Amino acid sequence: MEKTDWRFKIAHKEAWIGVGLALFNFIWWFGFAYGLGSRPVDEYSYIFGLPDWFFYSCVVGFLLISVLVIVVVHFFFTEVPFDEEEDS
Amino acid sequence: MNYAVLVPMIVFLLVIFFIGYWSSRKLSTSSNFISDYFLGGRELGGFVLAMTMVATYGSASSFLGGPGTAYTMGFGWVLLAMAQVVTGYFVLMILGKKYAIMARRYKAITMIDFLKSRYNSSAVVLLSAFSIIVFLFSAMAAQWIGGARLVESLTGLSYNSALFLFAVSVLVYVTIGGFRAVALTDAVQGAVMLVGTLVLLVAVISAGGGIPNIVNDLINENPNLVTPYGATGDLTAAYVSSFWILVGVGVVGLPQIAVRAMSYKNSRSMHRALIIGTLVTGVIMLNMHLIGVFARPVMPGIEIGDKVIPLIALETLPPWVAGIVLAAPMAAIMSTVDSLLLLVSSSIVKDVYLNYVKPDATIQTIKRISFGVTGVLGVIVFLLALNPPELLIFLNLFAFGGLEAAFIWPIVLGLYWKWGNKYGAIASMATGISSYIALHFYNLENGNLFGVHTVTMPVLLSLAAFVVFSLLIDRKAYQYNVPTLK
Repeated sequence: MEKTDWRFKIAHKEAWIGVGLALFNFIWWFGFAYGLGSRPVDEYSYIFGLPDWFFYSCVVGFLLISVLVIVVVHFFFTEVPFDEEEDS
Repeated sequence: MNYAVLVPMIVFLLVIFFIGYWSSRKLSTSSNFISDYFLGGRELGGFVLAMTMVATYGSASSFLGGPGTAYTMGFGWVLLAMAQVVTGYFVLMILGKKYAIMARRYKAITMIDFLKSRYNSSAVVLLSAFSIIVFLFSAMAAQWIGGARLVESLTGLSYNSALFLFAVSVLVYVTIGGFRAVALTDAVQGAVMLVGTLVLLVAVISAGGGIPNIVNDLINENPNLVTPYGATGDLTAAYVSSFWILVGVGVVGLPQIAVRAMSYKNSRSMHRALIIGTLVTGVIMLNMHLIGVFARPVMPGIEIGDKVIPLIALETLPPWVAGIVLAAPMAAIMSTVDSLLLLVSSSIVKDVYLNYVKPDATIQTIKRISFGVTGVLGVIVFLLALNPPELLIFLNLFAFGGLEAAFIWPIVLGLYWKWGNKYGAIASMATGISSYIALHFYNLENGNLFGVHTVTMPVLLSLAAFVVFSLLIDRKAYQYNVPTLK
């Protein structure tokens, strides 16, 4: 039994980060949409003219996830070569 | 005819043709025709990669059908559309490095090549080629109808002539240019889409007298328009969130997207593509669907959803700007169609013909067959689209769901689960496709099972089938770590 290709360890870690981000994204998006959006319409407040549930869920949610993606890629993703190493 | 609108669009088409021609010159000097024609020689950088993914994925449904539905349903549909932000990073993070490394090791050009090397089974190859050809045909037809509708509403040409014009333009540059032409034009088209949606959003907001004003009008008309539940209150939380699978995470299983994840040059391009892809997808989806909702008070009473975007652009913008902005949906449609066309022809040429009919074909023969098949396919889709079915978005989603149910687990578990084998893959594809089709008709009759989108159950069932059959029959761990010896 050989040991795992070092590049695969990195790839596996990064795939899990992807799953984590997707889950976080879902919870944020769903939570604000139905948490705030289920009130009667005349109790809505408005931010920049948009209904609050929509503003937090879709606008803030999108900006937040973009920032997270940038941070994660910068600090947690490692560059690896894709081609097989020549030596062996 | 509205020449002020048409001129910018024609200029746009010419640029696209030029790129096709330029790529074809590069192609004629190529030493590895197959890899170049179908994969652009694996040398896409971050920007081009991100744009080609966004442009391929952002299709007629996101530019015409989607905003049209948002016009009818209100903010609830924008919420649903925003489930797509996840595709910007998820696909590249999941397939990511492991897929790129394995694809190179297998020397895979198509997604089917990858499955073929991983599972080592003709049944997997033929079943995959069959699903790609059948499902992508319906997706292509849907796109062509959208393209023709757009040309029709801009030029006043008849539907048939509009379709002809559109079909010829796409065919010319795909046939001659191959993947590199497609990816490069996608990059241009993606940029046009991004800018176009921004301009149009601003124009619509100012035509409606500002966002608060528009939202007030919507509430006066029907308060449900500003809730997450849709105009008639039938967008339930379960239904909307099940779209997370269809248009979000399930996209990993779409062959036209997965093939792009093997075309990047190096991990740096992949990282850049992740960031650019997320930003661009989010901005385009948010803008387009908001435009659809905001268009309602500005231009009430539009009957055909697909025409909302062209009509609102013509209404709120000076004609020549409208021409440039409407090049955006045109771009979206063309860039989806061209990738689908190339994918179907690569399935036929590479996966079926070269594997089973004539493995020792010469480069010349392969070239001729590739061009020929791509051309003939285009003509067949054209004939199908001449007599279009009613609902654009429906056809399109039907194809997406079917492909996702078929491919998501063979790809993802093929990459990450060493116990996965060909029996699991075959069972998973068969279960995914058949349950998707069966459930589709069940849902048409009885309403959605458990209130979720049709794709949800088949994705779960095909996962179960993959795991059970892999473990039951011929259980053996797959060796990822040994580079295949040549």
